Amino acid sequence: MSQDDMHRMAFKEEAAELLGELEDSLLALEDQPEDQDLINRVFRAMHTIKGSGAMFGFDDIAAFTHEVETVFDKVRNGLFAVTKPLLDLTLAARDHIKSLLEVSDALDADDEVIQTRGRDILCRLRQLSPTAEPEPVREAVEPASELPRGKATYRIRFRPGPDFYTTGNNPLHLLEDLFALGIVRSYPHTEDIPCLEDIDPESCHVWWDIILGAQVDQGQVQDVFVFVEDECAQLSIEMIDSGSAAADGGVYKKLGEILVERGDLTPEDLAQALASQKRLGALLTESGVVPGPTVEAALVEQDAVRDIRKAREPAAETAASIRVAADKLDNLVDLVGELVIVQAQIKQVVSGSADAVLKTLSEHLERLSDDLRDSTLGIRMLPIGTTFNKYRRLVRDLSAELGKQIDLVTSGEETELDKTVIERLGDPLVHLLRNSIDHGVETPEERLAAGKPARGTVRLTAEHSGGAVVIRIADDGRGLEAQAIRAKAVERGLVSPEAELTEKELYNLIFLPGFSTARAITSVSGRGVGMDVVKRGIESLRGAVEIDSVPGQGTEITVRLPLTLAIIDGLQVQTGQEFFVAPLSIVEECVDLPRTDRLDGDRIVNLRGEIVPYIRLRDFFSIDGRPPDVEQVVVSCVEGSRVGIVVDRVIGEHQTVIKSLGRIYRDVEGLSGATIKGDGTMALILDVPGLLRAAVQS
Amino acid sequence: MSKTIMTVDDSASVRQMVGFTLKKEGYSIIEASDGKDALGKLKGTVHMVITDLNMPNMDGIELIKNIRSQAAYKFIPIVMLTTESQAAKKQEGKTAGATGWIVKPFTPEQLLAVVKKVLR
Repeated sequence: MSQDDMHRMAFKEEAAELLGELEDSLLALEDQPEDQDLINRVFRAMHTIKGSGAMFGFDDIAAFTHEVETVFDKVRNGLFAVTKPLLDLTLAARDHIKSLLEVSDALDADDEVIQTRGRDILCRLRQLSPTAEPEPVREAVEPASELPRGKATYRIRFRPGPDFYTTGNNPLHLLEDLFALGIVRSYPHTEDIPCLEDIDPESCHVWWDIILGAQVDQGQVQDVFVFVEDECAQLSIEMIDSGSAAADGGVYKKLGEILVERGDLTPEDLAQALASQKRLGALLTESGVVPGPTVEAALVEQDAVRDIRKAREPAAETAASIRVAADKLDNLVDLVGELVIVQAQIKQVVSGSADAVLKTLSEHLERLSDDLRDSTLGIRMLPIGTTFNKYRRLVRDLSAELGKQIDLVTSGEETELDKTVIERLGDPLVHLLRNSIDHGVETPEERLAAGKPARGTVRLTAEHSGGAVVIRIADDGRGLEAQAIRAKAVERGLVSPEAELTEKELYNLIFLPGFSTARAITSVSGRGVGMDVVKRGIESLRGAVEIDSVPGQGTEITVRLPLTLAIIDGLQVQTGQEFFVAPLSIVEECVDLPRTDRLDGDRIVNLRGEIVPYIRLRDFFSIDGRPPDVEQVVVSCVEGSRVGIVVDRVIGEHQTVIKSLGRIYRDVEGLSGATIKGDGTMALILDVPGLLRAAVQS
Repeated sequence: MSKTIMTVDDSASVRQMVGFTLKKEGYSIIEASDGKDALGKLKGTVHMVITDLNMPNMDGIELIKNIRSQAAYKFIPIVMLTTESQAAKKQEGKTAGATGWIVKPFTPEQLLAVVKKVLR
């Protein structure tokens, strides 16, 4: 049953009840024709049938009942007495309403017999009460006047009365409604606000002069104020510019003309003021002819109209976005990065000085450079949705090729990511989607046999989560078989047969190089080069990938990516005279490593009972010198396992602007870039997963 | 937290339609069948009242006056349901403190438009 049907049903039940009440009241009136209470009851029953009937599409009932109600309204107001003929007719009318109700759903709703009877009753009612002019139940809705073609400009003076709030209205809501219509310039008049001890917080003291530029007609502007027309001390809405091309040319009115038009200034005063040679606004204010705020409000109008006209020009629209070569943008980010570094240096120098002026300036500079950094990085952000569309095609083509029926459902298209990240994310995502389609979702026959709908679904979603973007690819396919993965991993020698692994750890084995459980190699995937490439691709973006699965219900792959590649939060450490930065996102904790705790042969540290292997940077990068007595371990989490990096000293957190190392150093293992520190010296950025891989290999 | 709207009407079908429409938009609803019933149920946080005017026991005008006299509800939006033949009633309602009105018959869309206009 549709909502409409549901409401119609409710109305019919209600109307039947009301008609019963109506009959009782009418019969009772026969004995006590003067009883005002009974008359009211009759009127109310009619009124409700009319009102509710019209609500739910019983127009004929509403129209008919309206006329009977009109008669009883007069009776109620004592214009007309209850008589026997009136009661007879009303009872007949009541029966007519009943039959209208009964046939309302039948095909013969327009039954001529019923129609005639209705007209007859109404006719006799009108004879009884000659003044009962047939009124239309509803005023015909006036066709909306044609919209102005361009943006029309309106001048609105909105001056709420002091009791404005007592009707539950809120002037700010009305202003918001205006803002929703188009370009708004408002000038709030606060000059009437009394001083604090005199203020009555329950009355409204502010009023507004508003200029609205919008593609709406005057009626639509008036609609905004429809509930408050009587609550305003002054409310005027005038169209001052129709938006037609003819009105566009030339300069907008002068200040004096605006003030005269608004009625704030008489033409005589204007002429007198113009006679002297000063600026008009200042002059009028000084001489006290027009109060200062009023002049300002008029100047706002001048400005607003200029802006609205400008917005009309098509050229302005195309300028809303400009295309810039990507390398110009990269260059800008580089420069901003260097600026941030210099700013950090200045801050460091100034923090040692007692000069208050210098300190203030440095703080200003910091704020500015932070804003500049944020908005520059913002320029590089693109919504990820632009790439989602191309996957739709991929899913369609692939599923057709494999004889599967798969829908791709996407959400979070508006999530923004650094342009470089989006570009380099394409290949890994294609791999993951192919895997879901090929290995995850079953054929329609298999799905039906498993009690699932024949059409499978692959969901691709993106969302912000803290400082990262999370992309999920979830299918409702067969899920992963943990034991098959285990068997395969053992067979390939990737894990030892005795290894105790949780299900999740088992699932994540598929990211190891040379792993594929597909029974047959298809042209789509299954060559065993997929998932480890995906993982490396995502890690090169300083992201992480995880997989989870419920057998029979599907698989979900979660990719976590940093918002930007240009600036990271880093942890600065020192070994010998060298400085390094580790991305803070993978750092779990820092602990001391006293000489006595070292088991140098094994390169493991005992961390509260847990055995954690470590890499010593001093050894890895062959740094000269003796390590201090107490070294420090940066414990980080890489690929699901914890690993320590031993350094001489942990310095602290540091906003790190990443600089590339250039071509020659691109392949150095364990390093992903460099940064310039606050004092102008350089620090290398550690590529912790790479460091680990290199250490394991050696 | 969802906002609470009290709907007052002696017509059960109108109450059903109004309640149904608003609940679907996530509002919490308190229903009352006339002014007296409404005043009895008016306690705690009520963000808005939608009331019919013509009701037994206590009509809408009386109800609006009563609501406005309570400090907690002095400034909440109150919208009245009127018929076009009640222009004088509409004025009376505004004087009593109604925020706005909806003319019967109305559609769910018109109802929501008015609710969104006055309740934010």
